[in-house]
Amino acid sequence: MASSSTAAPAVTPGGPAAAGAGQPAFLQIRDVVKDFNGYKAVDHVSLDIAKGEIFALLGSSGCGKTTLLRMLAGFETPTSGQIILNGQDLAGLPPYERPLNMMFQSYALFPHLTVWENIAFGLQREGWAKDRVAERVDAMLKLTQLGKYARRRPHQLSGGQQQRVALARSLAKQPQLLLLDEPLGALDKKLREQTQIELVNIIEQVGVTCVMVTHDQEEAMTMASRIAVMSEGSFLQVGHPSEIYETPASRFVADFIGNVNLMDGTLAVDEPDHVVIDCADCRHYVGHGITGTEGMAVTVALRPEKIHIGRHAPSDAFNTARGTIKELSYFGGYTVYHVQLGSGAVLKVTLANTQRHRDDELTWGDEVWAHWSRSAHVVLTQ
Amino acid sequence: MKRLTAFLGWLRRGRTAVIGIPYLWLLVFFLLPFLILAKISVSEMETVQFKDLVTYRDGLLQLSIKLGNYVFITQDELYWRTYVASLKYAAATTVLCLGIGYPFAYFMARAKSTVQPALLMLVMLPFWTSFLLRVYSWKALLSEHGWVADLLIASGADQLLAAAGLITAPGKLMNTPFSLVLGMVYTYLPFMVLPLYGNLAKMDLRLLEAAADLGATPWVTFWKITVPLSKAGIIAGSMLVFIPCVGEFVIPELLGGPETMMIGRTMWDEFFSNNDWPMASAVAVVMILLIIVPLAIFNKYQAEAQEAGR
Repeated sequence: MASSSTAAPAVTPGGPAAAGAGQPAFLQIRDVVKDFNGYKAVDHVSLDIAKGEIFALLGSSGCGKTTLLRMLAGFETPTSGQIILNGQDLAGLPPYERPLNMMFQSYALFPHLTVWENIAFGLQREGWAKDRVAERVDAMLKLTQLGKYARRRPHQLSGGQQQRVALARSLAKQPQLLLLDEPLGALDKKLREQTQIELVNIIEQVGVTCVMVTHDQEEAMTMASRIAVMSEGSFLQVGHPSEIYETPASRFVADFIGNVNLMDGTLAVDEPDHVVIDCADCRHYVGHGITGTEGMAVTVALRPEKIHIGRHAPSDAFNTARGTIKELSYFGGYTVYHVQLGSGAVLKVTLANTQRHRDDELTWGDEVWAHWSRSAHVVLTQ
Repeated sequence: MKRLTAFLGWLRRGRTAVIGIPYLWLLVFFLLPFLILAKISVSEMETVQFKDLVTYRDGLLQLSIKLGNYVFITQDELYWRTYVASLKYAAATTVLCLGIGYPFAYFMARAKSTVQPALLMLVMLPFWTSFLLRVYSWKALLSEHGWVADLLIASGADQLLAAAGLITAPGKLMNTPFSLVLGMVYTYLPFMVLPLYGNLAKMDLRLLEAAADLGATPWVTFWKITVPLSKAGIIAGSMLVFIPCVGEFVIPELLGGPETMMIGRTMWDEFFSNNDWPMASAVAVVMILLIIVPLAIFNKYQAEAQEAGR
């Protein structure tokens, strides 16, 4: 068993390292700007994406993610900067000559064509022979399990089936790069979870490099190997989903991804192995050093699921706060408590409902002590 | 609960009324007159009155239907010729309107949304002046020393038109098939443009992007996506042009010539020159059937195709 740690290297799904030593990345976005009459929708963005990666551009509407995707597809021209795919500069190539395909938001299936004809459309444009087209379309139908719907028109299909037709159509030409624009946005929640897994399975089976755009963080987290969080035309942070969640680089990213408690404070003690941060309601003992100076204003980010609450005061003088339960929301699997602290600030705490009934159920108005570990925090300086 | 059912009942009656009124309108002002027309067409004239179709005298019930008028239509070459001429000129007008109107509607629908209302206004502007005046003014433009005539003659276009048999002789543009079709295209173009515009303006432009993404050039995208998707607009526009053109009377009167006699003129002559109402009615009934029967069949196929597709 001793050798197991070396025999099975940790899976790092297509991190930046995958780009290889010295070799240029498969897709390079170099200092791209898109200016709409003085409004910079995309503002000096650079990115390397490795072959086989599923990369997500995540941000709220208007952040520039769709504009960036449309520049990759060729529907928008960058004001400046370069986009290089597999060594080929895409500048000046119209959409119909680019070696990539896109799955559109709400699919843009041709309503007057059958499922079969929709999938064959791209192949026929290449001038493929009839039997070769048929062979490829049938293979795509099989891949997406749409065989028995081949003769139907798009509006005769359910949302999930339409989504699979759109995927089959965009994969039929074996593109070097697959673009997904809000791939699951048009599906309801239950179907979305199921389809996420299906979609990733198909993409991995085909092995195509993929850039997706989404505003749904769960979608990005479950599907992508790397995520870029975008706001106002720039990348705020690029990294593996867990990196983005557990070590957000800024207040914005911490707040945007998942739920978080943000507490403003000042750096009181700065030692190499720990720091102490004073906030209005508590003193944080952070079990790792940070780069900063004493007296500096910082923000402490605490995820609700990393906090415990109980009726009794913990022995530790640090990392604890006292308050009253003002609000609680029961979600079935877990409950979110809103604890009002002395200063009036509200601390969100998530407790997993691991048992069907608790002996000592916490409820509205209860006085509680919140407590968290020395490694639970993220200290943000910006 | 009782009040709710009463309310639903009222709602349903209201809905029936809304659908019922147009049907009633069509019944009173279309079907009924058509039946009267059909009755007259098989009636016999008795000096100034029509003879009753059904008579009962001395225990004898008589039903008399005179089919002579219809028989005559098939025998006299005049009717046959004017029917064919009507269909021919209406078809030519429809094709030309489609050829001119489609690009027009296409670029209007793809223009900036801020200028679209202005463009739409320009299409409808001619309706603000009398149709008769507008057609009449073509007479001035096309007759000798009218500037359009001068322009066509100076450019030598009249030679081409004469060679194609669209005008009787070079230099003579008025009262020819050319002037007739020009007038009809001019008049009916908005009826082609408006439904096409309505259709093209609401087209999902992402479909065009999807086609481009899949490797279709703009030209291929137009023929494979835009045109098939605007089929409903093409059909609606073509019907709106073709049907009134077949029975058109005023434009052939003003701009047409002796060899462009259309069915509207024949009907007019039967009604008001010959005063032969049964004959005129028979001509009208045949015209309506000539238009309606093919369209009804076409519509049925269309609906079935949609049914199969949808």
